[in-house]
Amino acid sequence: MPGFFTNKGFQPKRSSGHKLPPGQYETTDFPVLTAGPTPRIALTQWAFELTGLVEKPMKWSWQEFNSLPQQDFNPDIHCVTKWSKFDTHWRGVSIDTLLEHVQLKPEAKFVMATSYGGYTTNLPLADLVGGKAFIGHTFEGQPLAPEHGGPARLVVPHLYFWKSAKWVQSLRFMSEDEAGFWERAGYSMYGDPWKEQRYETDDEDLAASANIRL
Amino acid sequence: MSRLAWQLGVVKAIRPETPTVKTFVLTLPNWTPHLAGQHYDLRLTAEGGYQAERSYSIASPPEQTGEIELTVEQIADGEVSGYLFEGVGVGDQLELRGPIGGYFVWRGAPAAPPLLLVGGGSGVVPLMAMLRHRQRAGLHLPTVLLFSVRTPEEVIYQAELEAMAQADPSFTLLLTYTRQAPAAWAGYHRRIDAPMLAEVLSRLPAAPDCFVCGPTGLVEAVANGLLGAGLPPETIRTERFGPTGG
Repeated sequence: MPGFFTNKGFQPKRSSGHKLPPGQYETTDFPVLTAGPTPRIALTQWAFELTGLVEKPMKWSWQEFNSLPQQDFNPDIHCVTKWSKFDTHWRGVSIDTLLEHVQLKPEAKFVMATSYGGYTTNLPLADLVGGKAFIGHTFEGQPLAPEHGGPARLVVPHLYFWKSAKWVQSLRFMSEDEAGFWERAGYSMYGDPWKEQRYETDDEDLAASANIRL
Repeated sequence: MSRLAWQLGVVKAIRPETPTVKTFVLTLPNWTPHLAGQHYDLRLTAEGGYQAERSYSIASPPEQTGEIELTVEQIADGEVSGYLFEGVGVGDQLELRGPIGGYFVWRGAPAAPPLLLVGGGSGVVPLMAMLRHRQRAGLHLPTVLLFSVRTPEEVIYQAELEAMAQADPSFTLLLTYTRQAPAAWAGYHRRIDAPMLAEVLSRLPAAPDCFVCGPTGLVEAVANGLLGAGLPPETIRTERFGPTGG
């Protein structure tokens, strides 16, 4: 519809120095969005697991996880509720590093991230590897706050931020894509902010229009 | 299913609710029934093609067919809310798509558990859709709205909520004023805390389904308080609502 309709007299108020995905605006705040109460996980109880289609599942305690090679990440993040936040500072462990500790079965193509508190979200495996995703435990130099997903959350910055599961507990490798929590509630299976894949029908329409163009 | 399409709604009426909150009644050419608690996305397009989008909760019940009501708070220097407040009048068109959201919704079955709604400021909007749906569907399950506002002039939907409470003994309206209370106010005059939540829960005959919507601080405090009162986490649904970019 762009090009057909304009709101008379509407002018941009914000001039972000950054390139924004369609429909997004820049915030310097860090809004909190959750579907339910914030789980509180004691570090002595915390563990993180790789399960599903792996030859042998792997599990780390908090201490073991922090002994893994750590990296700094400075991603831009984009929330489906329309805010984007640029140049954030995280420290954590790359998914590539974690995958050095397991042998994936060849049929592993998708991942279900599962959280303390029961949240789930699904992603293609290809979107977690090659430096594209990490488990973050430190944000702007401080331990990640519980309301932002601490002790540790998955961070997949090139997809809408609901894919970056807070309070992450495990990654389960799967052969077929399955819908997670918001995906079952009508949100996109993939969630590319640059294609504005907010809702499930955004996925289908993109597939359909791609076919038409062929 | 086709892509959730943008459609051109027409502004049928604009109602001031408080000095900084207005309700926009929008007639939709492709109205579809929504669930109480869902939202619409609203998109503004500038001459040069720049677009800004925001999500707004639906305030009207699904029984109000052919149109939706969006209640919008004016955010200081808000790009979208500023235009809606200053640049939009009755008869103007606005691009919308929805309804959206499948979790922070209340379907209102007659045998549903009691309902506890906790709202802060404009976080009351999706809760109002639930209350209006409950009323229009003739449901009388025990329901409490605990509504936190800063000052008396900020009580969105005050007259309608008070009338609803008068007319329906199974609905209780509880206001708490966090800054300034009305003269001779005998009710709550503080931020929502654990003792307040315990009192509110004691008014309900059984463990309720809870919907909490407001600024982050309120949502965190209330959700933690309800957990502390022994409610199962899966019965507490939360939505952050408030000025982050407006």
